[in-house]
Amino acid sequence: MKYWLALLLTLQCAFSSFAGEAIPLAEDPVVEQRMIAISEELRCLVCQNESLAGSRADLAMDLRRELRTLVKANKSDAEIMEYMVSRYGDFVRYRPPVKPLTWMLWFGPFLLLIGALFFLVRMVRRQQTGSAAPVLDADQRKKAQSLLKDTELPS
Amino acid sequence: MNRKALIPLGIFAVLVVFLAIGLTRDPHEIPSPFIGKPAPAFTAPKLQTPEQTFSGKDMLGKVWILNTWASWCVACRQEHPILMEFAKTKTIPVIGLDYKDQNTEGLKWLARYGDPYDLSITDQDGRIGIDFGVYGVPESFLIDKMGIIRYKQIGPVTEEALRDKILPMVRELQK
Amino acid sequence: MIPEIGHFSLILALFVALALGTLGVIGGQQGRADWMALARPGAQALWFLATLSFVCLTYAFFTNDFSVSYVAQHSNSKLPDIYRIAGVWGGHEGSLLLWLVMLCSWMMAISLFSRQLPDVMVSRVLAVMSLVAVGFLLFMLITSNPFLRLSEIPPDGRDLNPLLQDPGLVFHPPMLYMGYVGMAVPFAFSIAALLNGRLDAAWARWTRPWATAAWICLTIGIAMGSWWAYYELGWGGWWFWDPVENASFLPWLVGTALMHSLAVTEKRGLFRSWTIMLSIIGFSLSLLGTFLVRSGVLTSVHAFATDPKRGVFILLFLSAVVGGSLTLFAMRSGKVRAGGAFTVVSRETFLLINNVLLTTAAAAVLLGTLYPLIVDALNLGKLSVGPPYFNSVFAPIMLPVLFFMVVGSYARWKNDSVAELSKKLRPVAIVSVLLGCAAPLLAGAWSWLVALSLTLVFWIVLSSLQQIYRQLKDSPNWKAIPISYWGMQVAHIGIAVCVVGITMVKGYETEKDVRMAIGDTVEVAGYTFKLTGISEVPGPNYNADRGIVELIKNGKVLRTLQPEKRTYFSSTMPMTETAIDSNLVRDVYVALGERLTDGTSPAWAMRVYHKPFVTWIWGGCLLMALGGAMAALDRRYRRKAMASKAVSQGVPA
Repeated sequence: MKYWLALLLTLQCAFSSFAGEAIPLAEDPVVEQRMIAISEELRCLVCQNESLAGSRADLAMDLRRELRTLVKANKSDAEIMEYMVSRYGDFVRYRPPVKPLTWMLWFGPFLLLIGALFFLVRMVRRQQTGSAAPVLDADQRKKAQSLLKDTELPS
Repeated sequence: MNRKALIPLGIFAVLVVFLAIGLTRDPHEIPSPFIGKPAPAFTAPKLQTPEQTFSGKDMLGKVWILNTWASWCVACRQEHPILMEFAKTKTIPVIGLDYKDQNTEGLKWLARYGDPYDLSITDQDGRIGIDFGVYGVPESFLIDKMGIIRYKQIGPVTEEALRDKILPMVRELQK
Repeated sequence: MIPEIGHFSLILALFVALALGTLGVIGGQQGRADWMALARPGAQALWFLATLSFVCLTYAFFTNDFSVSYVAQHSNSKLPDIYRIAGVWGGHEGSLLLWLVMLCSWMMAISLFSRQLPDVMVSRVLAVMSLVAVGFLLFMLITSNPFLRLSEIPPDGRDLNPLLQDPGLVFHPPMLYMGYVGMAVPFAFSIAALLNGRLDAAWARWTRPWATAAWICLTIGIAMGSWWAYYELGWGGWWFWDPVENASFLPWLVGTALMHSLAVTEKRGLFRSWTIMLSIIGFSLSLLGTFLVRSGVLTSVHAFATDPKRGVFILLFLSAVVGGSLTLFAMRSGKVRAGGAFTVVSRETFLLINNVLLTTAAAAVLLGTLYPLIVDALNLGKLSVGPPYFNSVFAPIMLPVLFFMVVGSYARWKNDSVAELSKKLRPVAIVSVLLGCAAPLLAGAWSWLVALSLTLVFWIVLSSLQQIYRQLKDSPNWKAIPISYWGMQVAHIGIAVCVVGITMVKGYETEKDVRMAIGDTVEVAGYTFKLTGISEVPGPNYNADRGIVELIKNGKVLRTLQPEKRTYFSSTMPMTETAIDSNLVRDVYVALGERLTDGTSPAWAMRVYHKPFVTWIWGGCLLMALGGAMAALDRRYRRKAMASKAVSQGVPA
């Protein structure tokens, strides 16, 4: 789920309390965009299989608030991720990290694909050579003909 | 029998073993990365006397339990009688963390059901909870004399958890 | 009384299924015509008993019989009528009963539409399905009885989960289960063939329409689920790679491979072992899905209330069914080996490549779904695998499928040449690349992924159109062209349509999350939204805040949208009812958020989305299903009946 927040802010009409352009819920769109990008890589811990960016759970809102503070404090993405992982463990990463434990996960499908295609090509080639009609040379042809003459069917 | 044709059966057998083991696990439980690490520092106002504060440092040198609770938490009522009994034994101090709650509601709840805590502190915006890696209520942390977290109970404290895990650890840590 | 009748029906059904299963298999092995003749009437009796049981449960729901524990947990006296009926399958026990009814319905269908099949085959197929039914009946009667009574009757029920109180509940589960359970049919046909020791083109011709029918139901069921999540959850998402979603997608992927493998087996007698394996794997994945959803091993929004005892039962059942079939396959696979050959460049090869790709994609999804479980079981910690993984791995495997799909449809059976194929494909290829690269520029922003996907879309559509044109030029009498040919083209175009939807939404959707007071406006993608009012609207079992939002374009009010935020009496979580304006090329989507208490004037949080071409995702699925239906209804699947009738009547002298 990717959202693209518009960076456009129009001034609210100072004199009328209605008929204004709605202001974004986020106070600072730049901070918000960065916060959302990072929270899309994090899991909501109390929801099932949702990212932190999209969840409406209380804890998720609190955590997003914390992330906003960290973004405003100019922490790097890695530092913010470390903040979350040190509190909640690797489980909080929405995208499983690429480390020996997850090599099988990340590379498994492609290895499987390559292996399967390899077997496929071998199988197709093998059954092709196996069943190709054998080509006879001149001697073999003569021998075949004589054999056939010997075993002619009764008419 | 064609050997290669047995491969799918073999793979399936391995899968079944994993699924069987999986049945004994709880996918909702997230182990705490804090076990064996120092408890995060915190300072919070007390529930009964908000003008006073309490800090984790105040408990250094003692073995103690930090228990998160809230007036809106249904599961907390489950563990409450067990905590009350435990508090009566005066084994170790139990400090309550009133998580994301209104002070008035928290006080009412303690008055209604009983107060097993030596004292309670409030965490209205949930920041202390986040620092401890709390993701649900109730959760309890067993902290040793040096301020290191030794055990985390996810969910209500049960008789079994108290008897088989917490109390033996307490005895160890108090030596 | 009625619930007891329902309960008793299930017990009777168990005995009928046991009888049908054992007599059918043994009768088939020993050639006992009298036992085999029991198959059709037995299946019909089973259907009657299962349906009777289902009707009894529905009656209990409809009449608010809260003495039945299941009804008390999932219903409420204030629940609208339609949800009292649909709520029957809203929980674990009832959905199992639905599973059973679907299984018996497929068996009923086979008993009615199988005149052209030999009796031995029908008897075996129905016997295998009966044995599966035995498993589910035992499961229900032992661990998940929907008819259990409560000793204390509560004054009212706990109510159906508000998220389920939606028309989606009426259609999505039955359709999905029809597909899920339908995978048992090709499975049964394959087991029957293995027991028979014979597998030929005739077998493939009999099996193919049934496999296609199950696939159609699964396609529609999954599409419905996706659409329901889209408009119900309020976040504009339509696929979350949730374990339960994956559990339904896996049989679909394998089912697609199976359909195409059956095509080769029917036409050329090849891929027999592959076809049997795919049918077994397909149904195994259905059963695995049932296990994952109900055992509590994985976290999911869809998971039913879990109980490890149930998990153990399903796992044993799964092991028996799959283990048994794979063992049978290992024992008999030698007998079903194929003859015939094909060269490296031939239609067979491309179909095989795509089948490999589809199966690998399924394996990847399965791996991702089960990985957290495996890591935890090995005590290596807790890991979570979510959409970032699946999106990264799935797309690269599936995009080549779209490419080879077209190459395969141009290639000749058995033997073709690279030179000839390239000659046929080159014009379409060039135009596709040009159009595919032009499209993102027209849409507003360049993106490699969009260009690649749209190139493949044009590749599929243009090649289909070219093939149809050539076909009609060769044989202008379009009625003489078998309907299955049209079905293939429609289904393939359906995939292209679906890919357009996915690509455009992922590439170009926009959203704004704003604070709106009465009179405020917000602009997204050229549309202006104006909040003109909010009122409180009571419902039968909820209270709602309803917003009135005007949709304006170029100064003209197109229509008024009414998003709601409902609080159901039975639940504390508020529920969003989104307001969506759909047209052919885009959806405009408004969701009402919380009331904001800051500031002087009352204001609400609003989320506004613009989603280009999103309805094409589900439109494409419908086209695929239509194509499948056209293919399954081909005359040649019904022809044998007429031929056999002519033979038995004798040719007049």
